[in-house]
Amino acid sequence: MSEARLMQGNEACAEGAVAAGVRFFGGYPITPSTEIAEYMAVNLPKVGGTFIQMEDEIAGIGVVLGASLAGKKALTATSGPGFSLKQELIGYAAIAEIPVVIVNVQRMGPSTGQPTSPAQADIMQARWGTHGDHPMIALSPWTVRESFDVAIKAVNYAERFRTPVIILLDEVVGHMRERVELPQAHEIEIYPRRVPDKTKAQGYKPYTPMEDLVPNPADFGTGYRIHCTGLVHDETGFPSGSPSITEQTIERLHEKIARVQEEITHYDEFFMDDAEIAVVAFGGTARTAYAAVEAARSAGRKVGMIRIMTIWPFADSVMRNLAKRVKGILVPEMNYGQYVYEVERAAAGQAKVVSLPKYNSEVFTPDEIGQAIEELAAEVAE
Amino acid sequence: MKDYESLFRTNRLPHIWCPGCGHGIAMKALAKAIAKLDLDQDKTVIVSGIGCSSRASGYMDFDTLHTAHGRALPFATGIKLANPELNVIVITGDGDCMAIGGNHFIHAARRNIDLTVLLFNNNIYGMTGGQASPLTPVDKKATTAPYGTFDRPFNPCEVAKTAGATYIARGTAFHAAPLVDLIAQGIQNKGFSFVETLVQCPTSYGRRNKMGSAAAMLKDMSETVIPLAAYNKLSPEERNGKLPGGVLHTDIFPEYAAEYAKIITRAGGDKA
Repeated sequence: MSEARLMQGNEACAEGAVAAGVRFFGGYPITPSTEIAEYMAVNLPKVGGTFIQMEDEIAGIGVVLGASLAGKKALTATSGPGFSLKQELIGYAAIAEIPVVIVNVQRMGPSTGQPTSPAQADIMQARWGTHGDHPMIALSPWTVRESFDVAIKAVNYAERFRTPVIILLDEVVGHMRERVELPQAHEIEIYPRRVPDKTKAQGYKPYTPMEDLVPNPADFGTGYRIHCTGLVHDETGFPSGSPSITEQTIERLHEKIARVQEEITHYDEFFMDDAEIAVVAFGGTARTAYAAVEAARSAGRKVGMIRIMTIWPFADSVMRNLAKRVKGILVPEMNYGQYVYEVERAAAGQAKVVSLPKYNSEVFTPDEIGQAIEELAAEVAE
Repeated sequence: MKDYESLFRTNRLPHIWCPGCGHGIAMKALAKAIAKLDLDQDKTVIVSGIGCSSRASGYMDFDTLHTAHGRALPFATGIKLANPELNVIVITGDGDCMAIGGNHFIHAARRNIDLTVLLFNNNIYGMTGGQASPLTPVDKKATTAPYGTFDRPFNPCEVAKTAGATYIARGTAFHAAPLVDLIAQGIQNKGFSFVETLVQCPTSYGRRNKMGSAAAMLKDMSETVIPLAAYNKLSPEERNGKLPGGVLHTDIFPEYAAEYAKIITRAGGDKA
């Protein structure tokens, strides 16, 4: 561990990305994510990397996709309006299998909304924001230190699975400052850029899936002369109109993530041993929820908490099992109710699932969550 | 001089373009320019957007990238900055470059990043069946302008000049031989180079506007585009309906990727 520092969530996220090998940032200024761009502008050239401020949000993701294809680990950062604008090229990254990390420091919407009050209302957009079918990995940290760790995970997953990965920060965690001790470089595990498994003479095809269902398209400029397109393509990388190739492509894109779902589902359990009620929360809201759960425990209430880091893919088995362990599940989130519907689906009637939405531009207070815990406890006791 | 045919992925041919289309002529001129300059085939990247012209990238034997509609320039910018030793050439169309990609176009020119942008201008959205583009002249018919266009088209070379491009040229599919040199000079310019090439679209543009066969459209081009020196001698009235061709503008300005390399050195990152 290094010396303790006072750091902001956005700063820790940017520093984690650089520690994971990110050497290219492109983006457009938008509150509350701008500190990430500012950090990159100062620090990327120090390590031989490149920062560029683009003309708009779409260019911000286009430029990082180009850099990634040319061999650089790449990241862009934005907030709600910019996240909406970036969706088409997030889909491009999914089908062309280009490693990229998109940070969305969530703020209140829709549209310009209530700038720049906190929200967690892009949960479903992170999963379903683009047109077409593809899986998504989205991670949401709840502390400044974890913003560093999540950035490393996101970069590693993007490279390993050659897929876009979204970091769902919220304004609370992004702008909060905490004392952190960061790991030293040698303590950090980095997934390297994948390289071709064969030479051209050996019959290399850039989009042949390996055993993990992920292909190894060569970086531009390395002599392989590959073709990359957003059209459905076969193993050669060239467009194919075949229904069977189309079906196989969509299936493989999903399956390469589905088969590692358990491995990449990260969460914490607190006070769950004898819990009859569980609070499920993530990001900034999880911090308030923790305080509420701790207070309820002190008062003798059998309540526990699941803190979710991996928002997508959804933690199906975690929630399915949780519903068998407790009588009631409370889902506080800074939106009109989004994640709760997935919890309800997984619970399948095994436990009572209650939504606690908040959408007035303010963060939860521990009392609000505490009161909802009491109400749910009374309800399931009947 | 290298055989330009070896620069094509012949197994991807024949191309998808309609009979009489001018895109093949423009693509061949690019291949000949690359052959003439003897660019390293493994260090040259061709980037395109979406549309008829943008299908050209798939036929050429380099690292090639067929991006989303309008977005070729941001991708190309990322490639060039991530690996400045690569030659990055962009193929785009009038809708791709001047409508949906217009913002990227002016900003890439402003940065003077070392990209060579070839606009295959057929004055129409061809892939989608003949809708008006920002380069469709006034009083022409399109499926979305059934009574004739009345909004002013851009002059893309003038836009490029105002935005800061350091090499600007205009060629045509008729003047195929000089087009090779116009493109080659653009590739050699260390900065943002823009070559507008007028190409005929007999199927989705010419037919609707009674412009005759592909050959007739090419003949029109031969009369419309005249050398810059000759154009400059014309009176304003005589210039009506004419366009200057050849190299229209050059300038000297620091190139973006080279300037960023200096930033890296200043920050100490050249030793990282």
